[in-house]
Amino acid sequence: MKIHLKIWRQKDASTKGKLVDYDLDQVDQNMSFLEMIDTLNKQLILKGDTPVEFDHDCREGICGSCGMMINGQAHGPVPGLTVCQLHMREFAANETIYVEPFRALAFPVKRDLKVDRSSFDRIIQSGGYITANTGQPQEANAQLITHEIAEAAFDSAACIGCGACVATCKNSSAALFTSAKISHLVKLPQGKQEAAKRVLKMVAQMDAEGFGHCSNTEACEAKCPQGISVLNIARMNWEHLKAAIFKD
Amino acid sequence: MKINLLTSTLSRKNLMALTGLFLCFFLLIHLLGNLQLLLPAAKASEMFNWYSDLLSTNIFIMMISYVLYFCLIAHAVDALVITLKNKKTAAKYVYDDRKQVSKWYSRNMGILGSLLLIFLVIHFKDFWYVYKFGALPYDRNGHKDLYAIVVNAFKSWWYVLIYVLAMIALGYHLLHGFKSAVRTLGLYHPRYAGYVQVFGIFYSYALSIGFAIIPIYVHLTQFGL
Repeated sequence: MKIHLKIWRQKDASTKGKLVDYDLDQVDQNMSFLEMIDTLNKQLILKGDTPVEFDHDCREGICGSCGMMINGQAHGPVPGLTVCQLHMREFAANETIYVEPFRALAFPVKRDLKVDRSSFDRIIQSGGYITANTGQPQEANAQLITHEIAEAAFDSAACIGCGACVATCKNSSAALFTSAKISHLVKLPQGKQEAAKRVLKMVAQMDAEGFGHCSNTEACEAKCPQGISVLNIARMNWEHLKAAIFKD
Repeated sequence: MKINLLTSTLSRKNLMALTGLFLCFFLLIHLLGNLQLLLPAAKASEMFNWYSDLLSTNIFIMMISYVLYFCLIAHAVDALVITLKNKKTAAKYVYDDRKQVSKWYSRNMGILGSLLLIFLVIHFKDFWYVYKFGALPYDRNGHKDLYAIVVNAFKSWWYVLIYVLAMIALGYHLLHGFKSAVRTLGLYHPRYAGYVQVFGIFYSYALSIGFAIIPIYVHLTQFGL
C-alpha cells in the first residue's frame, strides 16, 4: 500500500525543526512501524538525503528505546504497544501519518525523532536503587517474600522507561515513571529501609528536571505499553506525604 | 534535605486536594441546609430564615467560615500557580490527538474552576453580601428574611439558568476533583480506591443535581406549579 508521511525533521537541539512530507510506495501491512521508517531511510540514503533518525534497540517491545508521536498519540493509535510492535496494518492505504518526537521540557530533541531522555536516568540515579553489600549472594530464603507481593512489585517494575507517559501528559508530568520505581522498591523488604529517603530524593529530582504536576487525567496509564497503573502515583503521593511529615 | 511546603509539585497538589476536599464537605452541608427551600412556602420561609440566623450568629460556624474563605482563596491561587508552571513544562505538538485517552473535564479543571469562580462572585454578591451588609426586612420571628431574597432572585428564568449551568460545571469539576484529590493524598489500595471512586461519582451527581433542583423548584412554584 501507499502512504503519505509527515515526519518531524530537526538538525539538532538548537535548530528549529519542521514537518517534511514523504510519500512511500509498496508498504507491506505486516511491516512494523520502524521497518516502514527503515524502508523510507533506505530510499533517502539511495537518493543521497539524510535518513530520519530515531531511537530503537530490541524491536520486541521490552527495551523502551523507541517512542514517537504517531498521529498525535504516543506510540500510535493502539493501546499497550511500543512503536516497534505497531504494524502498518493499523493504517489505511493512502493515509497521511504524522510522526513527531516525544516532547517535554525535560526531553530536548536531539535530532529528528530522537529525544534526550537522560532526565529519567537522573531520577533513577537520585534514589531508584537499594543499598546492599557486594560479595557472595545471600541465601535465597533469608528474606521471605510472598508470591502476591513479588507479583505486585513486578507490576510496578515492568516500566521500561520509554517516556510515553510524559509525552502524552498535558503537563509533561513524569509521575507515572517516578512512582513506578518508588512503588516497586517500597513493596519489597529490601526497598522499605530507604523508602522515605528515596521518595524525597526522587521527587525532588523529578521536579528539578522540569517535569510538570500530575493532574490525574490518567492519559499516562492509557498510553503505557506496560499498562503501569496510576495507583502507583497514589502510592508515591502517600509515601511522599508520609516521608515529608515524618522525616527527621 | 529540606522539603519546603509548596515547593514540590506533590506538595502543591496536596494543598489543592486538602482545600478541595474541605470545599466538598462544605458543599454537602450547604446543600443539606438549602434543601429546606423545597418545603412548602410558609414552612420553608420560617425554617430557612431560622437556619440562616443560626449559622450567622454561631461562633463555631463563624470560625469555620474563615477556614472556608481561606480554602476558597488557597484553592484558586494554588490552581493558578500550578497551571502557570504546567504551561511552562507542557509539550506542544503540531498534530495533537492526545485527547483520545483522557476525559475532557479532567483536562479542563482550570476552565471549569474559573466558571465556578465567576459564579461565586455572583452568588456572594446576591446572597452573602446582601445578608451580611444589606438592609434586609425581618420575618415575624425576628430573623432576617433571606427566604424572600432567594424567592425574588429566582423569579427570572435567566438567573435560574445561570445557576443550572454553574451546577453542571460544578458536577464535572467534582467528578474529576474528588477522585483526583483522593489519589493526590495517596489512597493507593485498589479495593478502597475503587469504592471511593464510585462514592465520588454518586457524590458529584447528587451535589450538582441537588443544587440545580432548588432554583428550578423555587422558580416553578412561583407560577403555581
